[in-house]
Amino acid sequence: MSRKVLMAHGAGGKLSAQLLHEIILPAFDNEILHELHDGAKIGKLAMTTDSYVVRPIFFRGGNIGKLSICGTVNDLAVTGAVPKYISVGVILEEGFDFDALKKIVGSMAIAADEAGVKIVTGDTKVVGRGQADGIFINTAGVGELIDGVDISAKKICAGMKILISGTIGDHATAILAGRHGLELPENIQSDCAPLNKMIQEMLAVEPKIAMLRDATRGGVAAVLNEIAQAANIGILIDEEKIPVREEVRGVCDILGFDVLELANEGKIIAVVPADSSEKILSVMRKNIYGQNAAQIGEVVKSSAGKVGLKTPLGAIRIVDMPAGELVPRIC
Amino acid sequence: MADTLKLVKKISRLANGKKNLRLMEVCGTHTVAIFRSGIRQILPENVELVSGPGCPVCVTNDDYIDKAIAYAQQKNFIVATFGDMLKVPGSRSNLATISAQGADVRIVYSPLDCIALAKENLRKRIIFLAVGFETTAPTQAATVLAARAQGIKNLFMLSAQKLVPPALKMLLDDAAVKVDGFLLPGHVAVVIGANAFNFLAEEFKIPGAIAGFEADEILTALASLLEQIDGGRAEISNDYRAVVKAEGNIAAQKILAQVYEVADVQWRGMGKIPASGLKMRDEFADFDIERVEPIEIESPIKKTVCRCGEVLRGIINPTACPLFGKACKPLHAIGPCMVSVEGVCAAWFKYGGANFKF
Repeated sequence: MSRKVLMAHGAGGKLSAQLLHEIILPAFDNEILHELHDGAKIGKLAMTTDSYVVRPIFFRGGNIGKLSICGTVNDLAVTGAVPKYISVGVILEEGFDFDALKKIVGSMAIAADEAGVKIVTGDTKVVGRGQADGIFINTAGVGELIDGVDISAKKICAGMKILISGTIGDHATAILAGRHGLELPENIQSDCAPLNKMIQEMLAVEPKIAMLRDATRGGVAAVLNEIAQAANIGILIDEEKIPVREEVRGVCDILGFDVLELANEGKIIAVVPADSSEKILSVMRKNIYGQNAAQIGEVVKSSAGKVGLKTPLGAIRIVDMPAGELVPRIC
Repeated sequence: MADTLKLVKKISRLANGKKNLRLMEVCGTHTVAIFRSGIRQILPENVELVSGPGCPVCVTNDDYIDKAIAYAQQKNFIVATFGDMLKVPGSRSNLATISAQGADVRIVYSPLDCIALAKENLRKRIIFLAVGFETTAPTQAATVLAARAQGIKNLFMLSAQKLVPPALKMLLDDAAVKVDGFLLPGHVAVVIGANAFNFLAEEFKIPGAIAGFEADEILTALASLLEQIDGGRAEISNDYRAVVKAEGNIAAQKILAQVYEVADVQWRGMGKIPASGLKMRDEFADFDIERVEPIEIESPIKKTVCRCGEVLRGIINPTACPLFGKACKPLHAIGPCMVSVEGVCAAWFKYGGANFKF
């Protein structure tokens, strides 16, 4: 029987990587694509694209439209660019509600305005009932790389500090709650937000930030493993320093999820020089999207390619790359 | 945390100078909690934690999966299941694969979600894969009662619920299984009561401690096991007193007994265990898909190399299986213990295989 695509191939874990390396990269590989960062660097420009299929379309703290702008803006920003222009492609299912569409497009406009990007081109297609699920959105973005900034795994070295911009797991938890009618307190909502301004502020005080990643699918676990492997270094983080809301921890306990593997849509991980860590953190904490920013660990020489977590008991355990589908259609 | 460090010291003191002690955590949730908190790394060398048969996915027989697949492949059927079951290998395929090929398989977080699913899909038959232990069975029974009360005619159960105490009894009857104490699952005890485990101490003179799922709750229970071993005693210590009562949750037990009766059932890797599972009472036969619409499956293909059966009984560690980490990994699991996140092999693999050290 021929192999088929599974939901887990889209979950950002090991199977996504397998699909990429087995099917996509061999067909297209070139030196720019080979970097496999969230955005490509082309001369003085950065470019990225992403498709959004989140279900439900409206969730607490956002909707597919806001997500489609923030996601692409953030992918450009973590490449070390100032996001400038966005394209929008919308695929609508026959019968989709006009008012819902208006609301989604309105959120896109607000998010673009906040991020300071212009939506400059687009496309709309409609497919028959049952051939899509309401609405799918693709956005692509172009940004200008910031002079003197070089976000690259090659710049990571032992002793550097790992920062996170705030509480983790909020987006996935809000989506799950929306999907399954779980009652959650008001403060649990998707963290979906444009982070480009905060990132620019961080780069302004320390242009030598080695790595920036937004911790989306696969969560902090996936991003840290990718960084450890790409840079061939070890990463040791401290469980007690990772900001997690109590309610999110509770949902994880009930549903058996590892909060480190849950998707975020408004959180970045930064690998920064040790001596400027405090300075960068204070800049982050002044920004509305970085109020709970924390230093969660550091880069170590030993255990190259691995991520370790110091537990409250003082033991160190391995944080593995998430294997498969935790929550399908999270973004 | 100061208390936690005290507990660790107490465990070390009690274990000091003793022979190698094998303590079995029965439940998959404990297995994962132990790995997550790093308890293995801080225990004295002569205290070995062995994982037991308490992962519902792992002990589900492959012909059960074959049946679920056979139903899902029929027109007008929706199979609803906890996410864990998707990748469990049947003898020929798994639910994730047939879902990709077009079968309608849905993930639910509670069997009660199936009520809505049944109402939204009146022309289809919804089958819930009712697996699990005493913890999940009451909600499944409540779902059946709710469906009957609401006059729902298109929701059915494919039942394979199991009971923990009979499996422990069988382990202790097996000479190959060597266990010095049991770390007992708090959530099972919430339902069946602490007293349901008394036979371990009374009949088999093996100490037990009922534990919650936080690191310090597990350490507290481990310390009380070691205290018993140190004092040459065997009793069932309830170390999850805030939620576990001696007699359990009577209301949940009543709902269970209303819908289900005890039956001999097949455990993967352990064979048929007397009075170790649940089947629906005749009064609820119209919710039992195997009685409403029996299905024929080809006889399962037997696999011989996988040693999940011995892993589940705590006879070997996963690393002793020739397939572990080589042919059998979470992405392409051969044995069921590698499938569920709470499976013993999956937990060992995820947290570093044989080498848990960073």
